[in-house]
Amino acid sequence: MFDIERWQEIFDTIRKNKLRTFLTGLSVASGIFILVILLGFGQGMQNGIEQEFKQDASTSVWAWPGVTSKEFKGLNPGRRIQFVNENFNTVSSMYNDVIEYESARIFVRDVTVNYGKEALVYSVQGVASDFQFIENTGMIDGRFINYQDEIALGKVAIIGKKIRTDVFNEVETPIGEFVDISGIPFKIIGVFKEQREREEERIYIPITTAQRVFNGGNRVNNLSYTLPPVQNFDEAVAQAVNFKNSLQTYLQQAHTVAPDDTGAMEVWSAMEEAKRYYGLTGNIKIFFWFVGICTIVAGVVGVSNIMLIVVRERTREIGIRKALGAKPWSIVGMILHEAIFVTAISGFGGLIFSMALLELVGPNIEVDYVVNPSVSFNVAFATVIVLILAGTLAGFVPAWRAARVQVIESLRDE
Amino acid sequence: MIEIKDLHKSYKMGSNSLHVLKGINFTAEAGELVAIMGSSGSGKSTLLNILGILDGADSGEYTLDGVPIEDLTETKAAQYRNKFLGFVFQSFNLINYKSALENVALPLYYQKVGRKERQEKALNYLDKVGLKEWASHLPSELSGGQKQRVAIARAMAAEPKVLLADEPTGALDSTTSYEVMALIQKINDEGNTILVVTHEEDIAHMCKRIVHLKDGVIVEDKKVKQVRAEQYV
Repeated sequence: MFDIERWQEIFDTIRKNKLRTFLTGLSVASGIFILVILLGFGQGMQNGIEQEFKQDASTSVWAWPGVTSKEFKGLNPGRRIQFVNENFNTVSSMYNDVIEYESARIFVRDVTVNYGKEALVYSVQGVASDFQFIENTGMIDGRFINYQDEIALGKVAIIGKKIRTDVFNEVETPIGEFVDISGIPFKIIGVFKEQREREEERIYIPITTAQRVFNGGNRVNNLSYTLPPVQNFDEAVAQAVNFKNSLQTYLQQAHTVAPDDTGAMEVWSAMEEAKRYYGLTGNIKIFFWFVGICTIVAGVVGVSNIMLIVVRERTREIGIRKALGAKPWSIVGMILHEAIFVTAISGFGGLIFSMALLELVGPNIEVDYVVNPSVSFNVAFATVIVLILAGTLAGFVPAWRAARVQVIESLRDE
Repeated sequence: MIEIKDLHKSYKMGSNSLHVLKGINFTAEAGELVAIMGSSGSGKSTLLNILGILDGADSGEYTLDGVPIEDLTETKAAQYRNKFLGFVFQSFNLINYKSALENVALPLYYQKVGRKERQEKALNYLDKVGLKEWASHLPSELSGGQKQRVAIARAMAAEPKVLLADEPTGALDSTTSYEVMALIQKINDEGNTILVVTHEEDIAHMCKRIVHLKDGVIVEDKKVKQVRAEQYV
């Protein structure tokens, strides 16, 4: 393999058969190119879907009230369900050991928000300190509501980044500024950002303050939880489904709702939803692999075909070489050596070209559900190796047969 | 140098077999220039192929330079061809994508001679056949006579014990044929053993000995007075 004379012989042959070499190389390179691009997009779709789920904590479970649609225990359908503090507290104590973070939330309605003389139309929501981790809220300035604020009924507010850009563009930082909510001044203590701009148009205040000051009583609008992370995805899903079902059962009993009444409340688990999407991306990936492998098979067939033609074309040359004293193995070695060299160079060429394309173009792709298409180098590398091996194997048979043919017969070949 | 005893060879043609060589006995000493003559189908090319270890015999003994040639593996046969034999073919059999020089250097490659020495030797042999200026030309850029001279240079480059020429002038006009024969005579003068297969009387008479083959047996084996080819050139 590292025989310098052999290399020189190979280079001579390649230099003098440029078209043949080029065509072989092209079929190999394009096969690899297509596979890498396909795999890249498979990964891109997975990335995209993962990002869609990143906006909330992946283990979050949410409960929303609705309107009953079924008669149950003498109660008429059409009853509006209202969650209350008691529900939250009961769940909190019942599932203390499985809950990681918990927060009730209240939408503060019928309030006016002013900054100086400017009237703001942003929703005001009362949340607990844990809500930051449930919503996966990133703080870019100041801090989130803490437990102290909850106990002390602190008149503090957290605003979204969008609000800062829209309203507080004239001050250096909105921290320390005051917004009036229905005449009561709230001090801004933090700015948060979200994956979606729409969710940055919110003002968070402590839930206790929201209930006490804005006449919320003991009502809450929804309940949200996260469960501690589990390494194994299936276990995490099982845990989430388990908790979701318990939560639903409790809330149904507490509000006297038929167990099969889907309209009365919605309990939603991000994990369960994610599993559905992961299943989908899994299938898409399998499909892409299938197409990719078909491409590679086509590439291998192409290489074998070219090998057959090359050997056929060189039958006479092989005869001449043998008459001059070439041993059979040296003939096989020469043909395979050239084939491996050409396949390897063009295979890695295609690999580098397609990977470079993914690297350059990939991060700029901004389509829903396709984010940063990329491919694992190891996978792509392994594919090239497989292609080379398959090509070698495919080339070996005709090369071996050609080397075995009696010299006079090869020489008779025109 | 060459000694064969009771050599038989037949070819299978479908269901019946064709008995081509029917017991050939033949010896050639070192330095001889032998013409093997015969009409087509007489078995002269088959005999040459067996002598050149390009084909195997069915039965009989063949000794080349004291080495018995029998039951050879492909590898061993390749070694013997490389070491003992040089070939000149009617259709030249040059590798068309290699230059004249590279063609001549090829047997040396299989003798594991280094690249530089190979090129030097090859150029030297090209010079001997008068084609030094054509070293970098491809076979397609050479005339028939030039191609055959390159082929002879290639055959000689390996410094074989025996040079086997199968109708070396078959594809050439008479003037060029005599040029090629003059070259073969010159090489023979230097002491090389040469066997020439031909069906042309004048070419045969430029050798020192003529062996006539007919229907697979030697019917005549005589020494002749050599006609020098230079006088026709």
